[in-house]
Amino acid sequence: MRLLKLVPDNTNIDFLRWRTFAIVFSILMIAVSIFFIASRGLNLGVDFVGGRSIRATFQEPPPLDELRSRIGALDVGEPVIQQSGSERDIAIRIPLPEDATEESANAAATAVREEITSNYPGSRIESVETVSGKVSEELAWDGGLALLLAMLGISAYIWIRFEWQFGVGALVSLVHDLTIVTGFYAATQIEFSLNAVAALLTLIGFSLNDTVVVYDRIRENLRKYRKMEIEPLLNLSVNETLARTINTNTSVMLAILALLIFGPDVIYDLTIGIFAGVIIGTYSSVYVARFLLVPLGVTSDSFVPKTNVGGAERVTMHKTEDGAQV
Amino acid sequence: MLNFSRLQVWLITAVCMFGVLLGIPSLLPSNVTENWPNWAKPHINLGLDLAGGSQLLLEADVSSLSRQRLETIEDLMRTETRRVNIEMADVSTAENQLSFTIANPDQVDQALQIARTQAGTGTVGMAAQWDVARPEPNRIVMRPTAAGESEAIDNAMASARDVIDRRINSLGTLEPTIIREGTDRILVQVPGVQDPEQIKSLIGRTARLEFKAVPDEQPSAEVLASGRAPAGLQILPTTDGGRIAVQRRALISGDQIVRAQQSFNQQGQPDVSITFDSNGGTRFARHTRENVGKLFAIVLDGTVLSAPVINEPILGGQASIAGAFTVESANELAISLRSGRLPVELAVVDERTVSPELGADSIRLGVIATIIGAALVIAFMLLTYGGFGVFAVTALALNVLLILGWMALFNATLTLPGIAGFVLTIGAAVDANIIINERIREELRRGRSVVDAISTGWKEATTAILDANITNAIAGALMFQFGSGPVRGFAVVLVIGIITSAFTAITVARLWVAIWVRRRRPKSLVL
Repeated sequence: MRLLKLVPDNTNIDFLRWRTFAIVFSILMIAVSIFFIASRGLNLGVDFVGGRSIRATFQEPPPLDELRSRIGALDVGEPVIQQSGSERDIAIRIPLPEDATEESANAAATAVREEITSNYPGSRIESVETVSGKVSEELAWDGGLALLLAMLGISAYIWIRFEWQFGVGALVSLVHDLTIVTGFYAATQIEFSLNAVAALLTLIGFSLNDTVVVYDRIRENLRKYRKMEIEPLLNLSVNETLARTINTNTSVMLAILALLIFGPDVIYDLTIGIFAGVIIGTYSSVYVARFLLVPLGVTSDSFVPKTNVGGAERVTMHKTEDGAQV
Repeated sequence: MLNFSRLQVWLITAVCMFGVLLGIPSLLPSNVTENWPNWAKPHINLGLDLAGGSQLLLEADVSSLSRQRLETIEDLMRTETRRVNIEMADVSTAENQLSFTIANPDQVDQALQIARTQAGTGTVGMAAQWDVARPEPNRIVMRPTAAGESEAIDNAMASARDVIDRRINSLGTLEPTIIREGTDRILVQVPGVQDPEQIKSLIGRTARLEFKAVPDEQPSAEVLASGRAPAGLQILPTTDGGRIAVQRRALISGDQIVRAQQSFNQQGQPDVSITFDSNGGTRFARHTRENVGKLFAIVLDGTVLSAPVINEPILGGQASIAGAFTVESANELAISLRSGRLPVELAVVDERTVSPELGADSIRLGVIATIIGAALVIAFMLLTYGGFGVFAVTALALNVLLILGWMALFNATLTLPGIAGFVLTIGAAVDANIIINERIREELRRGRSVVDAISTGWKEATTAILDANITNAIAGALMFQFGSGPVRGFAVVLVIGIITSAFTAITVARLWVAIWVRRRRPKSLVL
């Protein structure tokens, strides 16, 4: 039986040749992302801005303008009405007024509920989420903190397991990936909720998973081929692990695609984020995380087994000087 | 890498069997496991986004608790000083502290002594509730200590939890989960509830019922409108929008009620009839005997429900509360009174309701996506790695069962993002097998013998697998720590999946390959 090989044996692709192109591409992507985040902003969900989000399923796709004017007429604040998943699923977001008492806020919810079920036969309220301003602030703060700690924690782990250059490389590639995927949420205006933060955290773990496997190979090759120049060695390591990178990402992609196409719409914001993250994470672990090692000053001398304690100090010193020169 | 001692083989098999046995009941349809004893069917809880239902996060108004504490200590100090004929003057409870002067300089030391006793200072083994200071020769200031404050919050929250529990359970067959979160929050989850309004009105009410005497002469309309009550009185709103002045001290409080029930009065209007305990009954009887012809006020949560005239002494220890009730609202009030008052005001700060239909839909689509995703991954692995793909796929199946088993063991909650985590884990779990298989391919290309290549492949791949999984675990752990609700469910699946997939790939699949190599002694390998 012939086995499927997405990557042929003994590839020798000169990834370094495309480095300039990759740098331009990355900078361009980041610029575009920042542009979208700054101009359009994130479509923040009630998790982060507070308010009430009502999800309803209709028998027939309702005319959005009509729905908007009906709910607007209820005097419950300016509603944001969007399709969510299919045309029959509508998400309605209304703000919680600052001075609202609990009773008036509940009355507003009941009014919207009744307006929908009485005017559109066969429609159903599927879910209602209400988040107060205080809780949404906490959720936003916790989400940001989790992202920051995850980035720093993982970079620190890689620094401890490898060398500081590897940790910095990991951190830069994480910032790169997060910026681009956040830009993706801004550009598409897909709701940015707790699920989106979960997608970003998954991306942090996943993007580095790939990076670590290659770093592991770079370390191994640095010890094995002491005479080899650093750039060919990076190329060799990328080529050696290419089959694994492609196969694992294919497998993950297959699973995510199944979820994206056949899975519930309710978590579309989560799966689409992971999907975008896997693509960008694969690219960044080939280019950003690896080739940053050269300007950061990883040399053929890194990971030389340190035979005596006195020498260890000197090796580290030497390396740092080298790094400064590049 | 391919040598296993007999003990290791048994240990690995035992761990797998245990996990699988725990996982299987969750996969069977519920009508099969229905009659099994509870210990035989460890199950995974479904989150509210899958089961449908309502979740409320309640936050205590801590400042109202501080105010209550100040009022209590003020009352206590007034009672205690009056008993020994000390006169308190210039009393203020502003800035969250009780401050007063003692008119007679000779009595200041004695008053200080009383204050210290009430503050709990000097009680061995107990943190002081109040800091007592004497900033001026005749002024005493009592400030709440941090320990006393947090102890009070803690007690109030514990009893609020119990009160909410009693109130929701009085509605019947709901299976609520009520847990305290942090210092001043309570999370209430009620599966199956579509419209949480009833629950909210039931638990949102403090139900602080008080019977208060009404002074013989009401202050002028201007004073009532201003809200600044004369000493000893307070001005409260009535249900019909008016205002009335009542005595600040309550005759009887809701704590002294032993029974409360919805009933009907002589006109057929719904009301709530209550029975006092013996102490409350006695006080009520004495007051009504001494004050025939006067008014008294029934106050609920700071609003006067009614202020009837005392026509005759009420001696039986029973009373009924009239108001503009419907049968439902009278019943709700009766439940609230029976379950005791909430020691602190609670507000809903986060509320999430999912209809059972949407939940069932999510489960159905989630299962479909999981099956399709798994099928695609299995097909890909078999096409890519042939016989070694079988090992990977079997390891994957074991992995799925182990994840379910561990979740059941820890009583973890499966949420909708959790299902997404499950699918993602299926895709990512084969990563370890891919790393190993690719490494074996490489070693074979370098000309190693089959057994040598397999052995080296596993050895070299293991560190890469561990490092890669630890980065994932760090992200997952932080997601669990800072995430809430559904996201936490995602993190649980992710982290358990990382552990089980590393275990199955590094240990179990290796064991299988070792057994296979020992039996077949392969000279060549298609990989």
